[in-house]
Amino acid sequence: MSNRIDTFGAVLLAIIWVSPLLFAVWAAFHSTSDAVNFTLLSPWTLDNFRTAWAGAPWFQYFINTFLLVTTVLIGQFVLTTLAGFAFAKLEFPGKDFVFILVLMQLFILPEVLIVENYAMVSRLGLFDTILGVGMPYMASAFGIFLMRQAFKSVPIELHEAARIEGCGLLGILWRVYVPLAKPTYLAYALVSVSTHWNNFLWPLIVTNSPDTRPLTVGLSIFGAPENGVDISVISAATRMSVAPLLLAFLLFQRQFVQAFLRAGIK
Amino acid sequence: MNSHVNLERRRQAIYGWLLLTPAMILLSIFAFYPSIATLWSSLFSRNTRRRPSEYVGGENYSDLFADPTFWLVVKNNLLYAGVTIPVSIAIALAMALWANSKISARGFVRTAYFTPTVLPMIAAANLWLFFYTPGLGVLDQIGGLFGLPTVNWLGQPETALWAIIIVTIWKEAGFFMIFYLAALQTIPEDLKEAADIEGASRWTYTRRIVLPLLMPTTLFIMVNALINSVKLIDHLFILTKGGPSDASKLILYYIWEMAFAFFDSPHAAAMTIMVLVVLGVVAAIQFFYIDKRTHYQ
Repeated sequence: MSNRIDTFGAVLLAIIWVSPLLFAVWAAFHSTSDAVNFTLLSPWTLDNFRTAWAGAPWFQYFINTFLLVTTVLIGQFVLTTLAGFAFAKLEFPGKDFVFILVLMQLFILPEVLIVENYAMVSRLGLFDTILGVGMPYMASAFGIFLMRQAFKSVPIELHEAARIEGCGLLGILWRVYVPLAKPTYLAYALVSVSTHWNNFLWPLIVTNSPDTRPLTVGLSIFGAPENGVDISVISAATRMSVAPLLLAFLLFQRQFVQAFLRAGIK
Repeated sequence: MNSHVNLERRRQAIYGWLLLTPAMILLSIFAFYPSIATLWSSLFSRNTRRRPSEYVGGENYSDLFADPTFWLVVKNNLLYAGVTIPVSIAIALAMALWANSKISARGFVRTAYFTPTVLPMIAAANLWLFFYTPGLGVLDQIGGLFGLPTVNWLGQPETALWAIIIVTIWKEAGFFMIFYLAALQTIPEDLKEAADIEGASRWTYTRRIVLPLLMPTTLFIMVNALINSVKLIDHLFILTKGGPSDASKLILYYIWEMAFAFFDSPHAAAMTIMVLVVLGVVAAIQFFYIDKRTHYQ
């Protein structure tokens, strides 16, 4: 009995939770007047997608977002691997102090420092470049922390064995630690990609042209009320821009959830 | 022998610092230096053509304290945090308990709860625009069925912030659910069996055993939710732009507006410093209080 109430409650909440999404899907495939009048049996159409696709350089936005998440991810992998390894396996004076500095960055949100970071990116000549959008996120304290944890759990025997084989320190890092930390890399990659795919405020500030603008910023400009685009077309555009990530999520749901868990628990 | 150990130690120190250098350079450029520069520029007046920037001490801060908009924005943000944090945590807990129980539609339920998390806030805001648009939106259509008048949810000061709050809860509850789910799976089965043998009701079991065991997770989520209540503002750009008459404006949006719409970076800097101080306090609480508690678990 109580099980049935539970099922009912859980499913009801689930339906409420996905209804905005489902409604947007439905509206995207119907004409505006049908969508706002809830003519449930009205004909399906792809017109909204055609109009939306023609209304903005979406393809370019996709490329930009793709380049952005790739740049950020590569930068993060390199920087956090090196720093995480140093924190996990090397002893040197000043290590603890620097580690506290890194931890502090967890709370100095890049979002809050937009004014000075904007000035910095301009000074470096990176304004309106994809590198400029990605750079503040590369030395992620969170990633350093994650990698440090992963490397710490690698048994020292493997390290010693590789050294006896004549491997240098970087060789050991590359041949022993990196392969063993693969699950952590995967988890971190999923979290990083979905974060930066969805990031908005910072790209809004540092991009100024369709050649660099990511999808989120493009979508916000496209959907701005002053552009007077109608609601079904916005819906279609929204659909298009979230489709790749949503599809990836539905396909790799288990890994995705695991990734967030691994990343969150630290 | 001794010289060998020394050599090894020196080698490690050199390698250690070399490996850290790239990350430290970027952290300095994009976190430490900007924090200090923000503090510095919050002490100077605005650089205009007529009057060059000069040292004004705490004047930017006292300007803000005298600015009614600032206080309105602070109040909005407190309400935003005060509602979104407990409500999304409570919903997340319910979601996790359900998604972890043995019900038939579990797969669907989990996916449904978590999906909003992978959407960009901008896209989420576009979806919700559908619900809020006066006359045409879903909410008004439903209300219309019951003969209720149309409501301009986003256009009137009494409801705008609440509309924003609902979108935030919708977006983050599923994310927090994940952490609860993970914690629930670490609770051993025999506790449930023991409770059953003792004849404890399900409610007693949940309240006396599950909830206390979830306490560290709750604290962790709370810190995350608190940080989100500062930084989750993307939907404002789509839904209300902080209006009407600042009724839904939040601090980070105000900082952005101050700096990039009014070009008044000293005041934006002063506000940024205040936010950083608040975040610093949260960080300190986490380090000294929460980490200790999680340890005892």
